[in-house]
Amino acid sequence: MKRKSLITAAALLAAASALAACAPDAGGGSAAGGSAPAANDAGGNNASNCTNTISKKDLPVVTFWGWYPNMQLVVDNFNKQNNEVQVCWTNVGQGGDEYDKFQTAISAGTGAPDVIMIEADRIPTFQIQKALVDIKQYGYDAVKDNYGPGAWKDVSIGGAVYGAPVDGGPMAMIYRKDVFEKYKITPPKTWAEYEQAAQKVKDAGGPQFGDLGANVPAVMMALQIQKGANPYTYDPARPESIGIKLNDQASKDVLDYWGRLAKNGLVGTQDQFTPEYIAGVVNGKYATYISAAWAPGYLTGAGVGKGKDTGKFAVAPLPQWDSSNPVQVNWGGSAFSVTSQAKNPALAAKVAYGLYADDESLTDGWTNQIIFPLNLKALNDPAFVDLKVAFFDGQQANKEVYVPAANAYTGMTYSPFGQYYFDSMTKQIGAVIDGSITGAQAADRVQEDVANYAKEQGFTVQ
Amino acid sequence: MTLLIEESATSTQEKTPKSRGKVRLREHLMGWVFVGPFGLVFLAFLIAPLAYALYLSLWQKKLIGGTSFVFLGNYVKAFTDPTFLSGVWFVVRFSVVAIPVQIVIALAMALIVDAVTSLFTRFSRLMIFLPYAIPTVIGAVMWGFLYSKSFGPLTDIFGLFGATAPDFFSKNLIFYGLINVVTWQWAGYYMIILYAALQGIDPTLYEAARMDGAGKWQIALRIKIPLIAPALLLILVFSLIGTLQFFNEPQILRYLAAGTIAPGFTPNMYAYQQAFGLANFNYGSAISFALGGIVFVCVYAFLFFTRKRRSFF
Repeated sequence: MKRKSLITAAALLAAASALAACAPDAGGGSAAGGSAPAANDAGGNNASNCTNTISKKDLPVVTFWGWYPNMQLVVDNFNKQNNEVQVCWTNVGQGGDEYDKFQTAISAGTGAPDVIMIEADRIPTFQIQKALVDIKQYGYDAVKDNYGPGAWKDVSIGGAVYGAPVDGGPMAMIYRKDVFEKYKITPPKTWAEYEQAAQKVKDAGGPQFGDLGANVPAVMMALQIQKGANPYTYDPARPESIGIKLNDQASKDVLDYWGRLAKNGLVGTQDQFTPEYIAGVVNGKYATYISAAWAPGYLTGAGVGKGKDTGKFAVAPLPQWDSSNPVQVNWGGSAFSVTSQAKNPALAAKVAYGLYADDESLTDGWTNQIIFPLNLKALNDPAFVDLKVAFFDGQQANKEVYVPAANAYTGMTYSPFGQYYFDSMTKQIGAVIDGSITGAQAADRVQEDVANYAKEQGFTVQ
Repeated sequence: MTLLIEESATSTQEKTPKSRGKVRLREHLMGWVFVGPFGLVFLAFLIAPLAYALYLSLWQKKLIGGTSFVFLGNYVKAFTDPTFLSGVWFVVRFSVVAIPVQIVIALAMALIVDAVTSLFTRFSRLMIFLPYAIPTVIGAVMWGFLYSKSFGPLTDIFGLFGATAPDFFSKNLIFYGLINVVTWQWAGYYMIILYAALQGIDPTLYEAARMDGAGKWQIALRIKIPLIAPALLLILVFSLIGTLQFFNEPQILRYLAAGTIAPGFTPNMYAYQQAFGLANFNYGSAISFALGGIVFVCVYAFLFFTRKRRSFF
């Protein structure tokens, strides 16, 4: 659900005396020592190094990597309720740290777990390396109706399903009620209104209206897709041929828009998930935070909304380019995928589909704001929908904003070179921020950079 | 192995001296026994990985099309890759500025600590050395906070004079921000090496110099510095190698300034990104060897130019 920078931010936060960082940690308990009978090969597949304790020792074991804060509880729930297979869980790091390890295991041909938690936007990156298994044949029909079409699209490539959806990140605009009241503005419904409101606040001597962070390229990608960009097209039947359009008009417009806001001093240019940024959020330095449904949980963990900024936050739907034709987008959100190193894919798929799908785990996840669930059992649960979110001062954020956004979300197509694409975006957004190039030029450079990389990797670029 | 050593040790004590040839053979064997453990570790953990990385660097693996032998193709690519070249250019510029700054500061402090003897010098020696004892990662995180606009002291200090604090994470100033971190970390270490060398100088030389009428400055410039030239050369080579392989500090500060510090900021960071972020182990290995080659050439050139003038002051 989150990303690499979160860990670093968390680590740095711990060092910041100004902010009492206390990340939610539901499952820190039991020491390593769950010994399992089905110890197979070395590395990630070694079932003798589980963080959790497996009590049903005669059952076959599936190894699993994941990093949700309440993972321990979720795994225990699964093992308790299941009499067919047991999960051996290890947390090898969050986001990028885990991907680096998985990537190394793929290259080595050994060491990957049977089931792995990955963010939906990374699925194509690993799928194209044939590191993931299509789990459509292993029980998809039984759980098909538990998730919406957008959730399935995010984990599918062509007709194949490469993961079981778990949590999502429908995007919205978190804002400071105190700032909005002081400068007499209402939540902007379109991006044009967003810019006008930003100008109004600035003219009145107010804070910056938002932030353009070079280190969150996934946000820029989502906002480009919102305006109609279609960055990647590919047919899994012909993986060697790929369409890359990162500098179409929509992509350029969105980068230009944010570049202009930054240039005019309407938004900050601070990297996000850093202590600096969190301090800004706490101190009301940014009037809005364009982010996903998991953000309140993250912000609370980082110490936001607890001191002088208690009850200052509210959330409104994401501004639109065309309010008559709204488009909802997603940032983050993870799935459980079966790796091609799994000894028994059918058994592994049972775990991928079943883990974090029981009521108890889901309820724990959303009440503690660890996940925004994609499972319709939770999404349709009145307790979830009507929840008065403490972070938003009792606002029914799910009902008003996030659930409609999630329901309207139709899925996005992600990059098969996720890491390279994001690195390239970060570099060029950095250049936009320091004013050396325009947003449109940045889009052209990213296009050239990524297309060259694709060609170098043997693709035919259309 | 231990058994073997004990056995031979006792046997030499008890028995009468053998013929010369046998003793030499035994000495040879003993030599190998002593070198053996080191040799094995050296082979397994240095030579073998290096050889494997060299082997990897001659191949290319594509997402589509698989692995093929490209011989020096990766090296040709590296030396025409703007990211790699700009990384190399950065560390070369960085070395040209950072190394003299560090050495001058280290030398000045070493001369002061050597010349002044009071209770305070022991304490200051320790304090100057202390940053080296702090792990680079912690040091980088600490400076990350010191440079911060919200947490750091810069905003307050500059605010006193009504000025805005410089942003050391911006593209223009990151170079100086990093020079400051590196100098803080390493100057104390170099100071200790130079100080040890100064302590090794025979004090009668100073006495002779004073008899001839030399002042403190003259002693420092004409006796002390020339005599510790070998130590200076040593730390110059050390810092040259270390700076060309710059990695830790920018890699850590990247998490605070991703837009300024790109993944290919220094050649080592680029190799890391290629190998572990993008799984291009082949190209990553090639970059590492290319960097190794550059370091070798720089150090060789440096030693060549200072060879004839060991006392180059």
